[in-house]
This record gives sequence, C-alpha cells and structure tokens, in this order.
Amino acid sequence: MIEVKNISKAFGDNQVLKNVSTIFEKGKTNLIIGQSGSGKTVMMKSCIGLIDPDEGEILFDQRPFSRLAEKKKKDIRKDMGVLFQGGALFDSFNVEQNVMFPLNMFTTMSLSEKLDRVNFVLKRVNLENVNKLYPSEISGGMMKRVAIARAISNNPQYLFCDEPNSGLDPKTAEVIDALISEITEEYDMITVINTHDMNSVLQIGQRINFLYKGQLWWKGDMHTILEEENPELQEFVFSTELTRRIKK
Amino acid sequence: MLKMLGEYLILLVEIFKRPDKGPVFRRRLLIEFVGLGIDSMGIVAIISIFTGAIVAIQTAYNIDSPLIPLSTVGFTTRQMMILEFSPTIISLILAGKVGSRIASEIGTMRVTEQIDALRVMGVNPANYLILPKITASMLFNPVLIVFSMGLGLCGGWLACIVTGLVTSTDFIMGLRSWFEPFTVTYAIIKTLVFAFIISSVSGYLGYSIKGGSVEVGEASTKAVVYSSILIIFFDLVLTQLLLT
Repeated sequence: MIEVKNISKAFGDNQVLKNVSTIFEKGKTNLIIGQSGSGKTVMMKSCIGLIDPDEGEILFDQRPFSRLAEKKKKDIRKDMGVLFQGGALFDSFNVEQNVMFPLNMFTTMSLSEKLDRVNFVLKRVNLENVNKLYPSEISGGMMKRVAIARAISNNPQYLFCDEPNSGLDPKTAEVIDALISEITEEYDMITVINTHDMNSVLQIGQRINFLYKGQLWWKGDMHTILEEENPELQEFVFSTELTRRIKK
Repeated sequence: MLKMLGEYLILLVEIFKRPDKGPVFRRRLLIEFVGLGIDSMGIVAIISIFTGAIVAIQTAYNIDSPLIPLSTVGFTTRQMMILEFSPTIISLILAGKVGSRIASEIGTMRVTEQIDALRVMGVNPANYLILPKITASMLFNPVLIVFSMGLGLCGGWLACIVTGLVTSTDFIMGLRSWFEPFTVTYAIIKTLVFAFIISSVSGYLGYSIKGGSVEVGEASTKAVVYSSILIIFFDLVLTQLLLT
C-alpha cells in the first residue's frame, strides 16, 4: 500500500496541502477528488516525486519515497506507471515505440520479446493495428489508451492517473474508467486516480479521498458519497445540473 | 542573470551523468547526427559557396594597384573562410537553425509533460534529451565547418573563372601561399566551443520553460539571441588566446 503521512506543501504564501494523511490500497481504485485548486494535482505530483513535500512523507510498501535521493528513487519509479492528463506520449515516437520505451530503458528483453509485450498490452487496451501510427495521427481516446498501455508495459505495482477523462466524450470516458478499473483488479495494482468527474467517482470510486482547500475533508467510497451530509462535499458532488436532478 | 547561470551549471551536471543505457544513447546520437548535422548541410553548402564567391569578387574588385599580385584574391578568400567565415558565421547560422530547433523541441516536451513522463519513469531527462544533442553537435559541427571551408574556396574559384577577374592559376597560387596549418586547428577549436554553446544553451532554455506555447516561442528566440551573443564573445576571447 501507499501511505501518505502528514504531507504539507506551500508555494510562497499559498499553502496548497495542509497535513494530509491517507492510505491507497492494493487492488483498488483510489480516487483523489476535489474542486480545481483544492490541491489534487500537488498531492498526485508529490506521490510520483515531481514535487517534494515541505513536510511529511510518502511510503510505497514501507519504502520512504519522498525522503530518498533522486538516484535511490529510481528503484521505486521502475514500479510506477503514470498516465498524464494529456497522455504525454513522445511525439517523435510511434505508438509501438512509445509503449516499448520503458522496456528499452529498464529491461534486457530481446526485440521479439519486447514486441510481444507491446502487442499484448496494446491488445489489452483494445488497440490493434495502430503500432506504426504517431500520436498526432490518433484520437484523444486512443492516446489515453496508448498512454495506459505504456504505463502498464513494464508490469508496474503502482498506477497513477491524472484526470484520465479530461477532454473525452462521456462514452469514451466510461471506456477508459472501466479499463483502468479492470487493469487494477487484473494486475492487483495500487491505482491512484486524480479526478473531478462525478461519473468516474460513481463508476470506479472504490476508495475516495475528498480534498477541500488543501485538507483531506472526507474519506469514503462510491456507495456512501451520495448520502454524505458534509456540506462542502455535497457542494462538490451536486455541482452539476445532472447530479442535482438525480438528487431530487 | 546569476540565477540563470547557476541553473545552467546545475543542468550541465545532470546532462553529463552516465547515460542510463548505452544502446539507447547511441541510437539517439545517430538521430541527432541526422537532425542537427546532416539536415544542415544544404544551407551550409549554399551559404558557403556564395560567400566564397562574394569574398573573391570583392577582393578582386578592391585590388587597384598593379603592385598587388592577383593571387592575393585566392590568399584572402582562404584566410577569410578558414579564420572567420566558416567557424563563426556558419556557427551563427547554426545557432539560428539548430538552436531554435533544440529549444522548441525540448520546450514543447516540457509543456506537454513529456519531460515529467521521462522523470517519473526513472529516466534522467536532461541526460537523455540534451547529451546526445551536445555530443552530435560537437562531433558533427567540425565536419560541417571543414565542408564549408572547402565549398567556400570552390565558390571563390568558380566566381573568378566565371567573371574572368582572376585566372585559375593565380587563384590557386594564392590559395597555396603562406598556408599556416594552425589556422585550421584554430577554426576547429572555435567550432567545438561554439557547438557546445549552441546545443547546451538552447537545451537549457528549452528545458527550463515554465508555461505554454508563448514561452516555447520565447525560448526559441532567446536560444538564438543568447547563443549568438556568446559565440561572438567567445570568438573574441579565443582569438585573443590562440592567435596572439
């Protein structure tokens, strides 16, 4: 499991995270939700080591990640897969090269083994016959699926997804959510998803952490979130016309 | 300015760490040879031929005195091409072509989170992205500069033949007169320094971008401006150190 212990982070006078503690469980989809500016992205970036928290620590299966030197973080990073908001696929590489990248960098597999693995993960994310296409030649939904394929190509133990549905139509968003959920169960990974999409919350929110003004305001799951009386959470959950109508 | 210098030096330390994987580095180096070196041969060839021709014609035009031998045209063209034009002016042109390419390529990778993606995968992005560019520039730019010298002299010779201002024999005699091999060494030393400046400064400016597409454009422009200023400054320093 991933343990976030009392992390705080400020940028100048702006205190973005205040003493946040939580646990992300294995084999579950752990969601971080909250309004824009609530500190979701900073929390996610702290977890993956792109931002160093000012206080507190993050432990990956008892391994203290946030306090390690960059060189020592590498061992934990090899077990991580990250899906960035825009996909972050390498423009100069085609789909196959993008998915093969972690294998090239961190394994001693032969080319045929790597190709087998690439084709396997691409098939797993329901993409076939796109190996030679470049990121600019595929749709947004396909890009996300390629990014998921790249993230899982090296069998990570931890999968982090930053706004996996941003910029996607509702149907494709649902497909991506279902895919992440299936993969989490199948590979028994710890998946952490940063989102403000209520559809995702209700579809795959096995563990939900609600951030409000940099603090962990509420913890629960997709079954309890709609019944919760917490006013700040209610304001977030029922912020759209659709959810307000459902409530009525 | 001091903050920038500090960041640049820290980045250099990251860049010159051992590559994560040798074969991956070599593959990227080959890609950069093509992108930064071979793709620049066309523009270098065109500019060198024409400049060689212009230098030869202008020199011939300015020789009024019958006491000055016409072979001076070949001699002057050679000295101009080797000492200054090929190493410095071609490096300034490469600062525009290659420098802006490096800054915008790396800058775009920064704003689209591709550099973050490399980092979270456990790859040293500075080393992975910039070291092959610096190595390729430092290995290939001397080739480009020698290529430019040769073509510039050919351009001068052709111009003399076509215009009839100087005979081929006079021009070649000038080319061969008082040749000092150290001038070529001096030109190559300058080229190596300039290649390092172009690739590392442009790489730094692309890598340190914060923002979006506007900042990518700004970094690209800054890469050309800063590299050009540094090239001129180090041209003066190296000339003073090596030729006096």
